[in-house]
Amino acid sequence: MHEMSIALSIVETLEAKAREEGAGRISGIDLVIGKLAGIEPESLKFCFSAAAKGTLVEEAVLVIEEPEGLGECGECGRKFPVSFYYAECPGCRSLRVKIVSGEEFLIQSITIEDQEGE
Amino acid sequence: MCDTCGCSSEGGAVLRKPGLNDYHVHISESGHTHEHTHEHGHHHQGKSRTLVLEQDVLHKNNLLAERNRGYFEARNIFVLNFLSSPGSGKTSFLEKIIPALQHLVPVAVIEGDQQTTNDAERIQALGVPVIQINTGSGCHLDALMVNSAFKELELQNNSLLCIENVGNLVCPAMFDLGEALKVVIISVTEGDDKPLKYPNMFHEADLCILNKIDLLPFVDFDAGKCRENAMRVNHHLEWFEVSAKTGEGLDVWQEWIKNKLKQH
Ligand SMILES: Nc1nc2c(ncn2[C@@H]2O[C@H](COP(=O)(O)OP(=O)(O)O)[C@@H](O)[C@H]2O)c(=O)[nH]1
Ligand SMILES: [Mg+2]
Ligand SMILES: [Zn+2]
Ligand SMILES: [Zn+2]
Ligand SMILES: [Zn+2]
Ligand SMILES: [Zn+2]
Repeated sequence: MHEMSIALSIVETLEAKAREEGAGRISGIDLVIGKLAGIEPESLKFCFSAAAKGTLVEEAVLVIEEPEGLGECGECGRKFPVSFYYAECPGCRSLRVKIVSGEEFLIQSITIEDQEGE
Repeated sequence: MCDTCGCSSEGGAVLRKPGLNDYHVHISESGHTHEHTHEHGHHHQGKSRTLVLEQDVLHKNNLLAERNRGYFEARNIFVLNFLSSPGSGKTSFLEKIIPALQHLVPVAVIEGDQQTTNDAERIQALGVPVIQINTGSGCHLDALMVNSAFKELELQNNSLLCIENVGNLVCPAMFDLGEALKVVIISVTEGDDKPLKYPNMFHEADLCILNKIDLLPFVDFDAGKCRENAMRVNHHLEWFEVSAKTGEGLDVWQEWIKNKLKQH
């Protein structure tokens, strides 16, 4: 299950970020996972809660945005939504389709709770 | 716990060398510690703020992969990352092509498996430098493992490095190792719709090798259809059909790699 190693690397990255920012904890994480990125959001959420145990991101709410794929035809230039890599151009039936978006996998933003002064 | 040295590292990747029972290196980022801050149960009404990162989740791996790539390019080392399901014939393919290439170019191999040094032993029998990465529970190689592994191999300038990834068609597609090309192997005992079932892998690959074609008469596998499916997912894919057992088709591939090495 590769979502586990990815969840661990997100936790590690964000813990480092939280420390760098002097944060008490991270309460929210916005991820962008394109429909073509090869990541199962539900599975990632499941792994994330395990990976985050005992860390500064343990209680973070994970919000995942899943943009659709967008293809561009290599023959006629038409742009159209794609849900899979083997898309066919709806205009000219060409299979020479280039994926222009939908493969992104980003940590968009995080919400940090600052440590209150002593 | 590590079964060789008894240290407490859990699930981490380990480098091993065939025949050297005492040799093993744990792969870890230097200075990385696992101190965890423990929460104190209740939350204060602290200030909260949002930080926009727009950072690629695989950012760290990608950065290190680029460093590996820079190293390989500077020393003119051509690197192939071999990917397939378990048992498609990655090691068998290497066993066949290395003896044929060895006299043209120095070859070294990095073997990736969750457990055992079996594949590294098969490669060592050919007399080329090899190191095994055991990923433990990990299901893919990453750029850090490869970085640690090639430092333990004495790589020559102007050489060929073959990396056999962990048998898995899913996540190895996402982890750039710094290779020049990704080679996906599929065998005729698998389904000819495999490229459609694992589109990310076939989309990322630069070439596809259909292996075990000696078995075509005995199985219900349509090579033409498989190729067509693969091309639908990736129309830049270069296609080869071979048998690592009989050697059929390997000459075509060898011509291809010779040309690549010349251009490189
Ligand atoms: N008939 C036949 N068997 C093969 C061929 N290539 C590999 N095998 C067999 O397939 C099995 C798995 O091969 P191996 O190279 O270990 O696969 P890997 O897991 O991808 O490294 C072994 O039993 C090989 O002997 C081939 O071209 N033809
Ligand atoms: Mg193998
Ligand atoms: Zn996986
Ligand atoms: Zn078109
Ligand atoms: Zn150990
Ligand atoms: Zn994996």
